[in-house]
Amino acid sequence: MRYDSPLAAVGNTPLVRLPRLSPSDAVSVWAKLEDRNPTGSVKDRPALYMIEQAEADGRLTPGCTILEPTSGNTGISLAMAARLKGYRIVCVMPENTSAERRELLTMWGAEIISSPAAGGSNTAVRVAKELAAEHPDWVMLYQYGNPANPGAHYATTGPEILADLPTITHFVAGLGTTGTLMGVGRYLREKAPGVAIVAAEPRYDDLVYGLRNLDEGFVPELYDGSVLTTRFSVGSQDAVRRTRELLQQEGIFAGVSTGAALHAALGVAAKAERAGERADVVFIVADGGWKYLSTGIYTAPTTEDAVAALHGQLWA
Amino acid sequence: MAIEVRIPTILRTYTDGEKSVEGAGATLDELFSDLDTRHAGLRDRVVDGGELRRFVNVYLNDEDVRFLDGIATKVADGDSVTILPAVAGGMA
Repeated sequence: MRYDSPLAAVGNTPLVRLPRLSPSDAVSVWAKLEDRNPTGSVKDRPALYMIEQAEADGRLTPGCTILEPTSGNTGISLAMAARLKGYRIVCVMPENTSAERRELLTMWGAEIISSPAAGGSNTAVRVAKELAAEHPDWVMLYQYGNPANPGAHYATTGPEILADLPTITHFVAGLGTTGTLMGVGRYLREKAPGVAIVAAEPRYDDLVYGLRNLDEGFVPELYDGSVLTTRFSVGSQDAVRRTRELLQQEGIFAGVSTGAALHAALGVAAKAERAGERADVVFIVADGGWKYLSTGIYTAPTTEDAVAALHGQLWA
Repeated sequence: MAIEVRIPTILRTYTDGEKSVEGAGATLDELFSDLDTRHAGLRDRVVDGGELRRFVNVYLNDEDVRFLDGIATKVADGDSVTILPAVAGGMA
């Protein structure tokens, strides 16, 4: 495949069957490898789409400063595009995100403002909104409320999946900004009647710092519950266990939120298998494991050790 | 075999501090009634007027039962049920 610029190489990622983790020939689990995007995560799609939409609308003009609350990947994607397009970028990120994410953001030239660990992404959103009010000339693309976020997935991710696998029965992705689920979900519901749209929501339990469950609830403006068929809540232990299984059994080196999506994918696959139904379950590999190497979860001798290693870090 | 029920911190006063207890029943409704015979008051914190309480989430094998059949959701031996407090104005 040939492209005229690195930014043009976003998307068109592989969809691979997982022969060992699939329950049977009739029930297959497929991984959409979004880590194959230019900066290594699914967020390249919405980041580029949001920037180009803002340019088209005239909101974003040469010399502008972009502001964004992010737990890492969206900021990294925006920062790369901002550097190539000549914008300044400021990212608000929870202080308990991995060192690799900070290093990557800095590498692309982003300025980082840390928000307190308590409250996780919710607090980062609040701090970013305060900064936006103080700096009215800054452009906050705001992935949690920008229709171009699901718009990117409606225009690219959804059509790619359906073209590769017309027999898809379930689509599974992590629930963060909700952009992937809303965009791919709407597209597939229109084109593949009967498809199930399955959310994998991270459960910030005792193991993870995030006080999100105790804080005021934050529902992204993009969220529309009617797009979802069902929702899984995945604890840190299961997310880490599945991340390690994906590596050990299928050779796919993915980040921890991917383990959560895989857990939900295997949950719906097992239900189909028990019910004697055929299924093609697609889940999103949101990013590779590189940014989480310093946690030690991939080489820890047991899942318990790996979970302990992750303690205190925001993984989704 | 029985059904494992994971109890959130704020409800462990009903289970002598136990993080998980076991119960039986064909539906969540029956399961919560069964639990109440040994952990009096627990059912009332989860169920209100035949429905799940608004700010409680219940998961069957990690799947949100509000997307299944709510309190009428069928359960079987070997299943795992998780009770979690929901955030005010949460996603449900």
